[in-house]
Amino acid sequence: MKKIDLPLRDDVIDSLRAGESVLLSGTLLTGRDCAHKRICEMLDRGEKLPFPLEGQTIYYAGPCPAPAGKACGSCGPTTSARMDSFAPRLLELGLKGMVGKGERSAAVCEAIARCHAVYFAAIGGAGALYGNAIRKSELVAFPDLLSEAVYRFEVENFPCVVAVDCHGGNIYAAPKRQG
Amino acid sequence: MRILSSDAIEEAVCRLAKRAGLRLTDACGRALEEAERAEESGSAAAFALRTVRENARVAAAERMPVCQDTGYAVVLAEIGQDVHIEGKPFAEAVNDGVRRAYAEGNFRKSVCDPLTRVNTGDNTPAAVHTELTAGDRVRLTFLPKGFGSENMSRLFMLTPAEGVDGIVKAVVETVRLAGSKPCPPVYVGVGIGGTFDGCAFLAKKALTRPVGSRHPRADVAAIEEEALRKINALGIGAQGFGGRVTALGVSCEVAPTHIAGLPVAVNIQCHCCRCESAEL
Repeated sequence: MKKIDLPLRDDVIDSLRAGESVLLSGTLLTGRDCAHKRICEMLDRGEKLPFPLEGQTIYYAGPCPAPAGKACGSCGPTTSARMDSFAPRLLELGLKGMVGKGERSAAVCEAIARCHAVYFAAIGGAGALYGNAIRKSELVAFPDLLSEAVYRFEVENFPCVVAVDCHGGNIYAAPKRQG
Repeated sequence: MRILSSDAIEEAVCRLAKRAGLRLTDACGRALEEAERAEESGSAAAFALRTVRENARVAAAERMPVCQDTGYAVVLAEIGQDVHIEGKPFAEAVNDGVRRAYAEGNFRKSVCDPLTRVNTGDNTPAAVHTELTAGDRVRLTFLPKGFGSENMSRLFMLTPAEGVDGIVKAVVETVRLAGSKPCPPVYVGVGIGGTFDGCAFLAKKALTRPVGSRHPRADVAAIEEEALRKINALGIGAQGFGGRVTALGVSCEVAPTHIAGLPVAVNIQCHCCRCESAEL
């Protein structure tokens, strides 16, 4: 399986095609419903974000608490569609990758192509496996949001599928009906 | 009359919740194994199914929750009317059991105020459904319900004329609209009949049955089979990657309804079916 380092390089983004399985290693920032709402409210007020978005990859996830001896508890992806209304704005600010589960809106897919980014599908329901692949976890912002806060993860070999690539490829748009 | 301490209820809820968070039901494990075999090797769907089966092994070995969405705590309690519960009020005992399990098990606390979105911090309150039954036993079923799939559930108030065809259509349409979002292959709980509220509860109750079980009524079992066949013809597949297995099973529960109506509730469960029961 293809190994991909994070943060993503432009030539790597270019090489990815919807449908291929990859292993991600490197830095991910988490963010889900409440964190996205708060990030966009801060941008509306013209405030500086507590972390740079440029070049980063966001993981739509809210972890379980870490058990003793582990960096993080179970932490699989959540449904990406709930972040669709926020994603184009973050892509325009330089976000390069998103990791979640499930299909994206047409507006998000268009922004992925325009901003030369990529959307990876992690496997929903595989929380223990992903949690186990998180080597370091650090709280970055919004501690009051508990599991919905923004964390910086160092991950190793996160199994994902390229779901929407920068060339317009989309795994969810493939013909579905079987004979 | 049998006396049962509320401590025994709290203890049982805590134990069931902890166990449920860490493992798939046996029937679900078998259904996922069959699903992987049914998919083309090398396909994205087969990769997804292999990953979730590997995840179940990691969860067991590392004693980590199978899914980080350790769910809204749903508790179904059948309480024999010859039991007297002594100590705390029943709901308080259940909530104390949930609170302890989610703290001790390192489970995610996923319950919040619907408007302020402020987290309650301990995954309470649980959704507690009590039913009075004959006898002096208490049967508790714990179903941690993830919301990626709960969000894709729907309720229909069909007309009697729409009948069985309408029921099947409603079920298949719900799964089609959900697409990749609820973590397919899904388990579909269907409530048929009753009232608006009662129908939704029947759908939830259907999800406490083992995946792949059939309703004892032949006409109801036929609806389960027809709906499952049509759902798997949608081709959504594991994680929405395309494939032959979009649902692991369909379970229906029925209740008499009004002559003017045909309520149908469709409660979607992701492939991570967790459910534990005990009798006290």
